[in-house]
Amino acid sequence: MDDMILMQNVWKAYSNGVMALNGIDLSVKQGEFVYIVGPSGAGKSTFIKMIFRELKPTRGKIFINHKNIATLRERQVPYFRRKIGVVFQDFRLLPKLTVYENVAFALEVIEENPKAIKKRVMEVLDLVGLKHKLRSFPDQLSGGEQQRVSIARSICNRPPVLIADEPTGNLDPETSWQIMDVFTRINEQGTTVVMATHNKDIVNRIRHRVIALEGGMVVRDEQEGEYGYEA
Amino acid sequence: MKLRTLKRHLNESFKSLARNGWMTFASVSAVTVSLVLVGLFLMVMFNLNKIAGDIENDVQVRVYIDQSATSVQQNQLESNLKQVKNVQSVTFQSKQQGLNNLLQSMGSDKSTFQDLQKQNPLPNVFILKTSRPEQTVQVAQQVKSLPYVSDVRYGKGTVEKMFQFVNIARNVGIVLIIGLLFTSVFLIANTIKLTIVARRREIEIMKLVGATNAFVRWPYFIEGLFMGILGSVIPVFLVMIVYHFAYYNLSGNLSQMFIRLIPYQTMTANLSLLLIGIGAIIGVWGSLNSVRKFLKI
Repeated sequence: MDDMILMQNVWKAYSNGVMALNGIDLSVKQGEFVYIVGPSGAGKSTFIKMIFRELKPTRGKIFINHKNIATLRERQVPYFRRKIGVVFQDFRLLPKLTVYENVAFALEVIEENPKAIKKRVMEVLDLVGLKHKLRSFPDQLSGGEQQRVSIARSICNRPPVLIADEPTGNLDPETSWQIMDVFTRINEQGTTVVMATHNKDIVNRIRHRVIALEGGMVVRDEQEGEYGYEA
Repeated sequence: MKLRTLKRHLNESFKSLARNGWMTFASVSAVTVSLVLVGLFLMVMFNLNKIAGDIENDVQVRVYIDQSATSVQQNQLESNLKQVKNVQSVTFQSKQQGLNNLLQSMGSDKSTFQDLQKQNPLPNVFILKTSRPEQTVQVAQQVKSLPYVSDVRYGKGTVEKMFQFVNIARNVGIVLIIGLLFTSVFLIANTIKLTIVARRREIEIMKLVGATNAFVRWPYFIEGLFMGILGSVIPVFLVMIVYHFAYYNLSGNLSQMFIRLIPYQTMTANLSLLLIGIGAIIGVWGSLNSVRKFLKI
């Protein structure tokens, strides 16, 4: 199968001298589901930020869908981002917009045509099971529902890659399972999913490839792996 | 850009202008105050410039020819004058022409001087034009020592003082205006910064889902432009009114002193466009300045 994400000797040093990544080499195939685990400060967030080009590597190459984004021009970044879905621990919804508007917003700002937007928003809200709440505002929803809205927003432009940074970090265990259901469904449709997490139960129960980072290096990489740390 | 997108940007900008009503009002007022001062200053400056220009063109050196000089000697003087450095043209004016000119400028008082026709006291003169007005003094001094020259006259003193005054007024005014304009830019930038801080989340998400910088910038650009242009409305009308009074009340008196002001229409048309233009630039500059930092996500 095809390499969706390919990192070659990726290093990242912050301006304060901290070395966040020390020579990462890995490849993620198209359609894979990958957990990124490791203790705090291991470089997980830096790793995630590299993939959607919030950060540039100090050295090395990162290919997303065969395109080296380390050398991507600043003007090209927005067009690249349209092909990456991102989900965060804190949902990042706009409080003054309804569920529907929050999802549609992502398509409006890339100038999709209105008819297509309407259709697609209903589709993704259906996928995350929130079609009946489209007129609600974020503060009228539970944490899990808010996270599902944010997932709907991240996939509405049909990105081949979905990145999630601690998506269940703010949620109770019951809700976390619901979120994982959604990710599984998205993954089954062929989207590559990369998820940084601290959730031992999830990693151990829903088995996927596990990449463990420590001190900015890959210390473990196994198919159907375990979380491997004490929660 | 698509029409739909433009509509969205307009919508966004006006919403945020309304939401930050008081700050918008403050910035627009600041632009208004600066542009009123700029407008009045430019009104005076343009006229001073024109008057100075008119006088500049009038500046000439009159060389009085010795009454005893023969026509051969006169011709010799003329060719000598043409060789003096910085002399652009040499024109001969006979005593009769001189008298006619003088009588004409007297207008209705001319009859008093009719007697002069019988015995003309004026000498023949050469009128010199220099390539630049500042050179009159130097040319006059050089010419004085030539043979058959009985006297040399030029607008001694007044010319120099006029230029000095215009220059000083110009420099002081420019410094003042730049200060005012920067204040307005700063205020607009601050207002827009407020609206940006309130919408920081929004920008972050926009950037995350792949909106281009231009797309993010547009509403702020429109906001700035709008505030700048709105701020120029009062100054434009004020300038029109003030110049109306100034022009129609003063130009009568001034024309007796051979001073002509810039015509009303020319002045107000140019100055209005200029003020609106400056307002627009201030607004856009302020807004784009403040949005720049927030785009680095």
